[in-house]
Amino acid sequence: MADQELIEKVRAMVGREYGRVYAWDKVNAPMIRHWCEVMGVSNPLYTDPAFARDAGFADVVAPPAMLQVWCMAGLDMENYPPGSTDENNFEVLKVIEPYGYPAVVAVNSDLYFDRHILAGERLYFTSKVDSVSDEKTTPLGTGFFVTVLMAYFSETAEGKPDEPVGKQLFRVFKFKPAQRPKAEEKPAGKAEKPAAKRPLPGISDDTRFFWEGCEAGKLLIQRCTGCQTLRHPPAPVCAKCHAFDWDTVEASGKAELYSFVVMHYPEVPPFDYPNPIGLIELDEGVRLIAGLVGIERDELKIGQRLQVEFERFDDQQTLPQFRPVAE
Amino acid sequence: MTSMKTRAFAETNLGEQLPELAIPVTVTLINGGAIATRDYFPGHHDVDAARELGSPHIFMNILTTSALVQRFVEDWAGPLATFRDLRIKLGAPNYPGDTMTFSGEVSERGESDRSLVVSLKGKNSMGNHVTGQVTVVLPA
Repeated sequence: MADQELIEKVRAMVGREYGRVYAWDKVNAPMIRHWCEVMGVSNPLYTDPAFARDAGFADVVAPPAMLQVWCMAGLDMENYPPGSTDENNFEVLKVIEPYGYPAVVAVNSDLYFDRHILAGERLYFTSKVDSVSDEKTTPLGTGFFVTVLMAYFSETAEGKPDEPVGKQLFRVFKFKPAQRPKAEEKPAGKAEKPAAKRPLPGISDDTRFFWEGCEAGKLLIQRCTGCQTLRHPPAPVCAKCHAFDWDTVEASGKAELYSFVVMHYPEVPPFDYPNPIGLIELDEGVRLIAGLVGIERDELKIGQRLQVEFERFDDQQTLPQFRPVAE
Repeated sequence: MTSMKTRAFAETNLGEQLPELAIPVTVTLINGGAIATRDYFPGHHDVDAARELGSPHIFMNILTTSALVQRFVEDWAGPLATFRDLRIKLGAPNYPGDTMTFSGEVSERGESDRSLVVSLKGKNSMGNHVTGQVTVVLPA
């Protein structure tokens, strides 16, 4: 639970407006060229004055995604150029921090462009605290989403009003991390990249045969040895004759699509989306749920013929999947 | 490489898929991107500082992500497509050694002002690093 005093303090700051923050440098070709080089942006509009002139611009154009760059403070992150406000438009973060929320990440940046910006223009922005969320918990940790709106302007000659060139919504998450870093650090070198894996099934004595069958490339179905009825998903007792004894038969893998869903949202790694999932009726008569592969999302049809195949995931589990086949 | 020809509005279709773009995420890109965007937040260039924040390595800053989103759309739309907005939301961080693959499609098409909205995502091994929408205006 967030501290009530903190909540009152940050609520009081919502709506607060902050004065101008100027750009250290006018929009300029060297910074643009450097940015394009690093980002792999090859549009000559940004780097070739002749191309820009042919396109009707007096000089090279600033890449739109650079809008925020021009007014960044630089190495000392609070050192703004002369004439800028002394206030920090993200001071709300400093209010939140001592209550136990040390970390910050940017989560949203919405840029809006009123017009092209050319080399030689001098920009500044003004800003406003738009909102502070309730305390939220995300995979990163627990904290607050802070949203600040910025309005960007280009200075014009004395006497004329400055010209709006764009706007930005910038949202950060100010939080206490869910996990503290390990005390033992790995030696420098390869990054430890926590790749997402498919969840593993819970395996019981009733279901082990099925997963072991998959590992062996066989689709095994439970059969009551009392009345020969097939059943899936696996269960300890026959629903028909209530016998406890069972064995398995290997299904042909031939099947048809009984029903399906296509998952679009939310996107959970490591699955690909849209993610088609079938309720599949095996020719032997039982149904099971499995992923569908080799299917265009618009071409799924109830009743279409399918064939099982097996795919190994994350080097730790093998799953049956079904692919359309001709009649 | 950006095509030197700007796509005409009439050449585009609703639902049209953009060519995928795979970006190798390297220490150099994350560092270079942070500095090219004048973002000296230590988590983007100092691995010890990043670990203090609970990250396994330095992570890409949002201004670099915006730049790469611009590149992805512009590579398809051409050099004289005019950007009207660029809206992104970050998810899984971009750490060195990963690859981010952009995919996207034309999700809205405004005949009256020749505007297109491209809905896109940049996916890495942990999920979507970025999802977003970009509005561009194309020549007739």
